[in-house]
Amino acid sequence: MKYFKNLVKPYVLWSSVMIIIPLFVMLLYAVTNSGNSLVNIQFTFENFKRFAEPVYLNVFVKSLKLGIITVAICLVVGYTLAYIIAQFKERTQTVLILLVTIPMWINMLLRTYAWISILSDNGIINTFLEKLGLSPISMMYTDFAVMIGQICDFLPYMIIPIHTSLSKMDKSYTEAAYDLGANPVQTFFKVTFKLSIPGVLNGVIMVFLLSISTFVIPKLLGGGQYVLMGNLIENQFISVGDWNFGSAISILLASIILLAIRWMKKIDTGENSQK
Amino acid sequence: MNTLIELKNITKTFDDQQVLKGINLKIYENEFLTLLGPSGCGKTTTLRIIAGFDESDSGELLFDGIEISKLPPYKREVNTVFQKYALFPHLNVEENISFGLKLKKTEKSVIEQKVKKMLALVGLSGFEKRDVTSLSGGQQQRVAIARALINEPKVLLLDEPLGALDARLRKEMQTELKKIQKEVGITFIYVTHDQEEALSMSDTVVVMNDGYIQQIGTPTDVYNEPENRFVASFIGESNIIEGKMVRDCLVEFDGFEFECVDKGFKENEEAEIVLRPEDIDIVKPENAKITGTVESVVFKGVHYEIMVKTDLRSYMIHTTDFFDVGLEVGLSFGPEDIHVMWKMV
Repeated sequence: MKYFKNLVKPYVLWSSVMIIIPLFVMLLYAVTNSGNSLVNIQFTFENFKRFAEPVYLNVFVKSLKLGIITVAICLVVGYTLAYIIAQFKERTQTVLILLVTIPMWINMLLRTYAWISILSDNGIINTFLEKLGLSPISMMYTDFAVMIGQICDFLPYMIIPIHTSLSKMDKSYTEAAYDLGANPVQTFFKVTFKLSIPGVLNGVIMVFLLSISTFVIPKLLGGGQYVLMGNLIENQFISVGDWNFGSAISILLASIILLAIRWMKKIDTGENSQK
Repeated sequence: MNTLIELKNITKTFDDQQVLKGINLKIYENEFLTLLGPSGCGKTTTLRIIAGFDESDSGELLFDGIEISKLPPYKREVNTVFQKYALFPHLNVEENISFGLKLKKTEKSVIEQKVKKMLALVGLSGFEKRDVTSLSGGQQQRVAIARALINEPKVLLLDEPLGALDARLRKEMQTELKKIQKEVGITFIYVTHDQEEALSMSDTVVVMNDGYIQQIGTPTDVYNEPENRFVASFIGESNIIEGKMVRDCLVEFDGFEFECVDKGFKENEEAEIVLRPEDIDIVKPENAKITGTVESVVFKGVHYEIMVKTDLRSYMIHTTDFFDVGLEVGLSFGPEDIHVMWKMV
């Protein structure tokens, strides 16, 4: 066993060099002034204060709103699909889950570009509408386009954890509920759904995390004017060059995500202990 | 007694495998009926068909004279105690037990009262707020029974409910279950592969094998008058000998004729004879027709298990007296100890 424990060491080294140290560097950037040299560091909270400006707060609220809607739609669609998949025989389930994951093998950029050719003004949908003699709809660079892109990209992350918790659930629980007089609808809400909550929470956390920090999808499907938290951070680092402010936003975002996860885990354990 | 459930020619096939090949069974009110058989004999499937979890391929299932084959489980007046209890892990003891009543929109005070009564019945008073996952196997078992009984079903189905318990606890629960059944006065249908459990608890034992019912009878009937080789060998230890019925009350085997009490066979019909090990007495060779030598002696606690080798076969005998290996002995038994069965085709 000792021997196997040693195997973790390269990973510890790797993660401290590649993750923990950069995080500290980011933290350092976030609490210092720009233009500092290592000899002459000036600490400040200016970067965090700046975030409270309405421009940035609006971006945050917009991101949050979009994230929540994406999560909600993914949850309804994803749960339905996961539930349907879980009803099949085990071998069919494996195939169906494979089908769900196949899009994830393709680069996200490509998938997003595909949406452009579907949604754009002379894309597939509009060509089709024109053929039917209907007037074209402008769909690109709207909330709708960004949301479609996000939902389709992130849906597998919702389906898989929910499917896992549904498929490993003992069939005798639903049978027991039927046996005690619960009809299929009551059985679903009183037993099946309640028992799948851990999977649901994992899916929700995953999709929320992805959608609040994404920057590729809003950039491509939302256009240059469409700014979410991810784009804001990207801009600060790449075009504006204000690494200090960029770091501060990143850290704020990370803290918000962490708090959200903590809060959701609390709901989970709270339900188990009191209900 | 009134017939409560009647199965008529029930068959069931799973993936090309016929599990039930025509089950006919009448279950009466207030009866403790046990479906007994080896694994794969169809006993659990029969129970699941009565509960409504599986649907039979053909045949009729009557409940109080009404056909219920197509009725979903949540509309049937039966409740089940599952093999692995299937207590809802997200609910505590009280919420588990009251699950059925809450669905029926029973008044809160009534529920509280009934839960208390049920917990007292199964000996778990004061456990209302406990987390079910923190309970021991025996306690979970009791909660499962309470959860089923609180709905006041006409029939309680129990699917090997004691299988997961250790031997001592199992004995305890056997007596308890029988007591509970007497107290609530409803029909229990009990599935088990444990013959001792079946014999000690049931009013009626239904022995099943290979998708067929082999014998239906009281525990004493099934033990003392097994109808065929399978029943004789599955329930208790037995010496099974091939022979023939010379005429009513006279049977021939191992080259001798013996008086017996069985009737109804054709003259000289081939038959199989069961001699229970505890029904054979070891006597002096000159006092018996069948003689042999003691081949082995094993001490089993209360009795010795002695194998006696005769010219044709080895007999197993259970006796509290000790006989040494190599001793010449005779085997004696009375007419009522001989059980003649139809030969299995």
